[in-house]
Amino acid sequence: MTPPTDGGGPLARPSGAVPILELKGVSKRFGAVQALHEVDFDLREGQVTALVGDNGAGKSVTIKCIAGIYPIDSGEILWEGKPVEIHGPKDAAALGIEIVYQDLALADNLDVVQNMYLGREEITPFRALDETKMERRCSETLASLSVTTIRSVRQTVAGLSGGQRQSIAVAKAVMWNSRVVILDEPTAALGVAQTRQVLDLVRRLAEQGLAVMLVSHNLHDIFEVADRITVLRLGQDVARFDTHETTQREVVEAITAGKLSTVPGQEAEVHP
Amino acid sequence: MSAITPPLPTPATAPAATLGAYARRWAENVRGGELGSLPIILGLLVIAVVFQVQNDRFLTAGNFVNLMVQGAAFALVAMGIVFVLLLGEIDLSVGYVSGVAGVLTALLLLPDGSSVPTAVAIAAAVGSGVAIGTLHGLIITKIGIPSFVVTLAGLLAWNGVVLLLIGSRGTVVLQDDFVIGFANDFVGKTTAWALMLLAVAAYAAVQLWGLRKRTAAGLSNDPLLIVGLRIAGLFVALAAVVYVVNQDRGLPYVAVLVGVLLVFWTYVLRRTRFGRYVYAVGGNAEAARRAGIDVDKIKIACFAIASLMAAVGGIVLASRLRSVDTNAGGGAILLYSIAAAVIGGTSLFGGRGHIKSALLGALVIASIDNGLGLLGLSSGTKFVVTGLVLLLAVAVDSFSRRGRAQSGRA
Repeated sequence: MTPPTDGGGPLARPSGAVPILELKGVSKRFGAVQALHEVDFDLREGQVTALVGDNGAGKSVTIKCIAGIYPIDSGEILWEGKPVEIHGPKDAAALGIEIVYQDLALADNLDVVQNMYLGREEITPFRALDETKMERRCSETLASLSVTTIRSVRQTVAGLSGGQRQSIAVAKAVMWNSRVVILDEPTAALGVAQTRQVLDLVRRLAEQGLAVMLVSHNLHDIFEVADRITVLRLGQDVARFDTHETTQREVVEAITAGKLSTVPGQEAEVHP
Repeated sequence: MSAITPPLPTPATAPAATLGAYARRWAENVRGGELGSLPIILGLLVIAVVFQVQNDRFLTAGNFVNLMVQGAAFALVAMGIVFVLLLGEIDLSVGYVSGVAGVLTALLLLPDGSSVPTAVAIAAAVGSGVAIGTLHGLIITKIGIPSFVVTLAGLLAWNGVVLLLIGSRGTVVLQDDFVIGFANDFVGKTTAWALMLLAVAAYAAVQLWGLRKRTAAGLSNDPLLIVGLRIAGLFVALAAVVYVVNQDRGLPYVAVLVGVLLVFWTYVLRRTRFGRYVYAVGGNAEAARRAGIDVDKIKIACFAIASLMAAVGGIVLASRLRSVDTNAGGGAILLYSIAAAVIGGTSLFGGRGHIKSALLGALVIASIDNGLGLLGLSSGTKFVVTGLVLLLAVAVDSFSRRGRAQSGRA
């Protein structure tokens, strides 16, 4: 295990000049509700970017727009600086975007290898499953992410702890040459030690050059692993912070009151 | 993930290289509720002892051959049921679907000038099974009606089709030596030994090849001794079967059919993508859908397999009785087949089970049926006892689930 990073880790993190994924002025409306209003947001390789906000701020909608589950109304999504259209989860996966949802989507009755390869099994020339190859690659991937608490990759997922399951879900996401990993509340239901496990894993993903997007309520976790923080409030990006140059108080302020004085779509109504 | 280079050579697998470790892991699994075939093997022992004490004809070579032929149809139908149960669904129509196939075979082979070649008749009967199952699957997935209701409607409708097909004939005598031969002819004694040796050699080759492949890939293996014991175990079991049946009429052809289909479906379920997806859909349909698996297609295929195997079972049943009548597919066949799959250890809750549970369960059911018959008890008593055994098997399933929950496996 790599030692836990304090306060976001070193500043000299590799960050390409062009963000790998960038949202520019993205808006999304559901009937009368303006879910996202001209949101700007970007992810860089080798960095953990946190997206925070209160309930209903638009975090899940942002994820689903990137995944292609919701089409965006206006604005554009840039991949390595070039505009792309994402029409569904398959398009997102083809670009190299993997999303680990809150409910983990693991099958309890299958073992670790079977879950990690579900839907993408390796087969031998005789159309049989190539278990040897899959088991070896799973062990390698888990080892490369320093997920060492799993006794056997042939154990069913039902017997794993919450942290181990989350680790498997993350490892499953990064095994496929993905370049952007989006984690939705990865520590929501975990205890202290297991949260530690998962946060270490998140940090390691960034160290290995992936662009990580972390969506979370838990500011403590975010300050521990994130490099940058974007705050959403009522569907607008109201503030951006560099984790090393801000405090939890500032971020909380942005989440709750912030610099935003109007509700998007109701510009006339001025908040106190 | 090609971008990731392994910084630490930490193996995530804990190899169980020694015999002691293997035994400990097994004991741990049993305590944790992964009972495997243990309860059923104990159950078979109890059944054998009880009936032998009551009637010393139970454990004779002749009765063993009878038992094989009686259990074969249930085992075949139950193999199809396993697929449906693995999805967490049910198929109540398999009884009369088997009846439809049996009647079709008999009618097509009637020597009334319009009879077709034997192979065509069998293909038509089996094909009708596939078509019926596909229809059930389409209604269940595309319209979204629970399988319980769709196949309950099927139970009634296919019973009607059996009656319509038979018409005013009452009974149709099966008049084809090949089809009658399934359940009434026997493999030559030398051929039986050869088949048995071939099966053991093939099993040993597959086991040793797998062992070599895993060792070459640097993965943990079961101890060589365990693999050897498994091969030896199969050898002893099959040799005992062949020796005993050769004391009497010999190995029935239908037993070979059951054996071949057992291996085939086990391969499909454990070694192909399709099989893996069946388990995934039964375990967590949402996870399967997100992994890009066409859940509807898997479900339709499983219902088609259930009806296909019901059709095969129906032909075997017709062969054993040498005729079909208006009761074809009725009586105990439906409940005995579902009971066989469940007694054998396939969970009613989806995601857990093996094809071999169909065979083991059918052995139990056929033994009880046969044993109580030898004691001269009425079918009323048979049904009561079989019902109690089914209840016991489901109770064992429930208890082992609780065991798994307590040890964090469920």
